[in-house]
Amino acid sequence: MNNTLYKLTQLDFYAVDLQLYLDTHPNDAKAIAEYNKTINDAQKLRSDYEQTNGPLTSKYLSPAEKFDWIDEPWTWEEQYN
Amino acid sequence: MWIYDKKLEFPVKIKKRNPKLAKLIITQYGGPDGELGASLRYLSQRFATVTPQAKAALTDIGTEELAHLEMIGAIVQQLTANLSIEEIKASGFEPFYVEHGLGVFPSSAAGDPFTAAAFQSKGDPVTDLYEDMAAEQKARSTYEYLLDMIDDPDVAAPIKFLREREIVHFQRFGESLEYVRSYLSANHYF
Repeated sequence: MNNTLYKLTQLDFYAVDLQLYLDTHPNDAKAIAEYNKTINDAQKLRSDYEQTNGPLTSKYLSPAEKFDWIDEPWTWEEQYN
Repeated sequence: MWIYDKKLEFPVKIKKRNPKLAKLIITQYGGPDGELGASLRYLSQRFATVTPQAKAALTDIGTEELAHLEMIGAIVQQLTANLSIEEIKASGFEPFYVEHGLGVFPSSAAGDPFTAAAFQSKGDPVTDLYEDMAAEQKARSTYEYLLDMIDDPDVAAPIKFLREREIVHFQRFGESLEYVRSYLSANHYF
């Protein structure tokens, strides 16, 4: 698996888990700080990854010459992971 | 509204095909305690719940279950990719094959197609959250029974991840239930 994608997967998962925690602990300042740091780090990694490997989400795309959203492999394929 | 993220929540990279195992793991795709039922249960129940915490938890956990559905689909796809007819015959995969080829279809390990009859949306926030906590425990048990059947560490890793998520979701639903209870037992003046 692409190393940047692997790290992004880890950070995005951490953000998902923190988000669920915050759903039921919305005033936990420490968790909010951790969440903000995590999504900030993840956003940077995501931009790095997308610049060389194409888009991860189809929203807010601004394709130049080719609509590379369709590029293989797709997520369920062994080569992707 | 949802946005697709072109990656899995946890990577699935299986080197060795195993159709026999795919036939068991498919139950978490479309079986009674599977991820599809979990997602539909929570995303349907949220319309009738109270408190911002419970609304958020049902929305976010219902969404995460779709990511789990995708992981299970990826596991089944990779366990059955490019099987030969000989491999299908040798592994007991024929019944699934004659119905679905090498496609992924939501069914239980016993072959029953997905049904919404395995869950409820009762319109009572307390009743629904109790069901959700039980549902997370049932899914955890299923993942543990599956792990009894799995020798391949490539398959065990994502299944263990999914098992752990059931425990976290159970916890979050328990906390949501506390908010709902205290909201419903307080006096409301309008």
